[in-house]
Amino acid sequence: MNSGETIYVQRFNAFARILHFFVIISFLTLALTGMCLKFSTESWAQWTASMFGSFRVLGVLHRIAAVITFGYFFGHFILVYHNYRKSGKPLLRFIIDENTGMVPNLRDLQEIGQTIKWFLGKGPRPAYGRWTYWEKFDYLAVFWGVAVIGFTGLCLWFPVFATRYLPGWFLNIATIVHSDEALLATGFIFTIHFYNTHLRPEKFPLDKVIFTGVVTLDELKHERPREYETLVREGRLDEVITDPPPRWLVIFAYVFGLSAVTIGLSLIFTIFFTLLKYGLR
Amino acid sequence: MKRDAWKGKGFLKGLFLILLLGLTIDSHNALAMTNEECLECHSDEGITREADDSSVYVNPDVFAKSVHGGEDCMSCHTDAKGEDEHPPHLKKVQCSMCHEDIAKTFDGIIHGKAHGDKKQTAPSCKSCHGTHDILPPDDPASKVYILNIPATCSRCHWKEKAGGGKGTLPKNAMNIHGKAIEGGITVAAVCTTCHGSHDVVAYTNPASPVSYKKLKKTCTRCHAGLPAIHKNVIKPSIWVKDPAKIPLCIQCHLPHGKRKLKYPQVFTDDYCLKCHSNPNLIRPDRKGGIDSLYVDTDEYDEFAGTMHKKKGLTCVMCHPKMDREENPVCKNAGPVDCSTCHADVFNDYLHSVHGIKRSGELDPNAPSCVDCHGKHAILAKDNPDSLINPINIPRLCASCHAKGEKASIRRGEGVDVVSTYLKSVHGDGLENGGLVVSASCVDCHGGHKILPSSNPKSTVNKGNIRQTCEKCHYGVGIKLAQSVHNPPFGADKSLFPACTDCHTSHEILRGTDPNYRRHEIQACAKCHPEEAETYLESYHGKAAFLVGGERVAHCSDCHGSHDILAVTDPLSTLSGENAVKTCRKCHPKANLSFTTYRTHASHWDKEKNPDMYYSFIAMTSLLLGTFAIFGIHTILWIPRSLKERLKMKKDSDA
Repeated sequence: MNSGETIYVQRFNAFARILHFFVIISFLTLALTGMCLKFSTESWAQWTASMFGSFRVLGVLHRIAAVITFGYFFGHFILVYHNYRKSGKPLLRFIIDENTGMVPNLRDLQEIGQTIKWFLGKGPRPAYGRWTYWEKFDYLAVFWGVAVIGFTGLCLWFPVFATRYLPGWFLNIATIVHSDEALLATGFIFTIHFYNTHLRPEKFPLDKVIFTGVVTLDELKHERPREYETLVREGRLDEVITDPPPRWLVIFAYVFGLSAVTIGLSLIFTIFFTLLKYGLR
Repeated sequence: MKRDAWKGKGFLKGLFLILLLGLTIDSHNALAMTNEECLECHSDEGITREADDSSVYVNPDVFAKSVHGGEDCMSCHTDAKGEDEHPPHLKKVQCSMCHEDIAKTFDGIIHGKAHGDKKQTAPSCKSCHGTHDILPPDDPASKVYILNIPATCSRCHWKEKAGGGKGTLPKNAMNIHGKAIEGGITVAAVCTTCHGSHDVVAYTNPASPVSYKKLKKTCTRCHAGLPAIHKNVIKPSIWVKDPAKIPLCIQCHLPHGKRKLKYPQVFTDDYCLKCHSNPNLIRPDRKGGIDSLYVDTDEYDEFAGTMHKKKGLTCVMCHPKMDREENPVCKNAGPVDCSTCHADVFNDYLHSVHGIKRSGELDPNAPSCVDCHGKHAILAKDNPDSLINPINIPRLCASCHAKGEKASIRRGEGVDVVSTYLKSVHGDGLENGGLVVSASCVDCHGGHKILPSSNPKSTVNKGNIRQTCEKCHYGVGIKLAQSVHNPPFGADKSLFPACTDCHTSHEILRGTDPNYRRHEIQACAKCHPEEAETYLESYHGKAAFLVGGERVAHCSDCHGSHDILAVTDPLSTLSGENAVKTCRKCHPKANLSFTTYRTHASHWDKEKNPDMYYSFIAMTSLLLGTFAIFGIHTILWIPRSLKERLKMKKDSDA
């Protein structure tokens, strides 16, 4: 390894990082307040509600977090538009671009195969690009999740308004879908996303890139060789090389990031043991 | 022709019947036995019954002289058929065959009832009248001849014998009536003169001639001209002006005991208080402690303001058993018998759990009159100082029924019923609201006639509780009568909820109380478990479990409470347009479409809710599928990732 100074590369801009900050805040709030209602017969849920004074406080927090969710959902389109303009490519080309697009493509399919081989020790580490397939899945899952949970949530938030256009029994369906999709989302984020991103041995205990926005050049070369090659080929490497992150940001990343991971993990363990007690209902 | 033929047939039939009857009579005669035949065996003094070796000897002379001497043995011993053999064990003679009216009276009274209950000591006809030796009552040899009656009755009503307790004849203590009988005076009163004979009932029964109400009439049958006799002790004018003030005969003249005294003249209240106004007057009590005999008339005004003082009662009216020959005269006076005057309530008390425990089971912890009413300071119920003023009732009952007190220990109660009661809407009304009409212990349980709730006669038994509550909650009763929870005529009431099933008993709370709201779901769930289960799947049900959850709709908010009707009833709060109105209580702009939300729907019910079922299956498959794929992905990744980490470490070390 180069014993000289470490070179840093910008991966996420400030806007993207702020969006993710809001995702964390709102998601943890939604998960905690929502699960308290879903498992309201459990003592931990009742204890939490009493800590907040009333289940109505939980309800208000849930709705505030929902508004934040809609905020980042629509706010992220600004980011997409920004990146689209910066890329200088036509819209469709931008979306399905092999290197920068978020839509899965054939190459991702290939990489899934290569990854399995790699896992089994029958091949080298795939030369991942800017977005791995599991990162794309995370992104699209939020897309789908916000749409489904958001719509059903709005129906349950404004049931009288909703039933002006929908039959009353839709609220029954909305309850099931909202609750089960939320269980899926929390389960997925607090186990799979946490593991893939932070808790797997290579990254343990935290990948702070989402807070600091930067990775070292070595990391980039090792983890996303294809992106590195593209940057070199397109001669844009100098554009993305940046200063080391300020010390306060690194501290913040650890404190905030590890807190969020801890909260998420404790929540998912609680849910897991509650489900073990009753089964999926 | 035809007609004559028919007549002929009838004649033949008649003849046949007569023949048959003749044969029957003949056979009867053949089996019947004459008295001589019976006495052939039974006049032998040594004859015994095979089964138990008891004597079945009948003295022919005694029998011939008895009132039944002219009768056939067979007319009483109807089953003694057979020429020289009869059933080894003859049935008991039924006197009621001839003495029908007396038998009917007897069945309804103490002796008759005891007989019906198969009590060993219960007397039957022969116990008083004898068997073959029955003589007319005016025969001096008869057991029921007036001079013999005390001896006959005392065979059972002797102190040590059964029938016992009060009213037993004290040995060697015959009163003036008894002395007269001993002296052969046939007009003196004996037991039956005052108590009746075949119709004898307990003195606590208002029908008894010695009951509180009838006693005076009974005594005056012999003792006429009372005002004149009593002119020294009772002002003659009182007989006219205020006869209620005149004590009962037995309050001064003991009914059974030995007595030759003129009480009030000698034993005035001043006479009693000569000793009893001394605060140091004590005697040892039965438990080895000290019993104060002090009666404080000044400092505590114990007696002055009481009901008994107002009625003009003197000491000896309650403590009548004074004996001149004793020193002091009150030495063996014994406890006060309140039942002398308060026979009706005493009868209730005797049949209550308190009375049964104290008198029947000899439990000294069970309260007697004085434990609730006080001794000398018995004040009217509406006096706030009275122990039984509604305000004081919970504390009075708590003295035994609070947790850790004797009644609570005996019943093994884990909760403190009285303090629970004080937190209830009734207790709060009484204690904090000062509302004397708020139900206290006695309003539900009764005062004298308290019975455990398991007793079907108890006012708090499930079958009677509604009636008890409706004494005050009359309007609720009207609503309930029209609800689905009202048992239809002839239905099994135990299948329908009683007030306490929803409201509980001692801890009863106001319907709007958060704690009641929380309890309500459990109460309904007792009979409607499926509905409760599905309710808990809904937003309302889930929120109801959290702090502040009492605000959301509970069972009664939608279904109504006392006037609850079936959902299928057009008048129900949840039918058609009514449902919109009901939902609008909380969702002001609710519409018909809104009301089609299914509150009690389970996504497991494929038949009723296929939409929910398939939604749930789809969502759960998605959930399980995602976790399965990524679970495997993650598990495969772990060893690879570990290796990568180790490699990184090696590289950096290098």
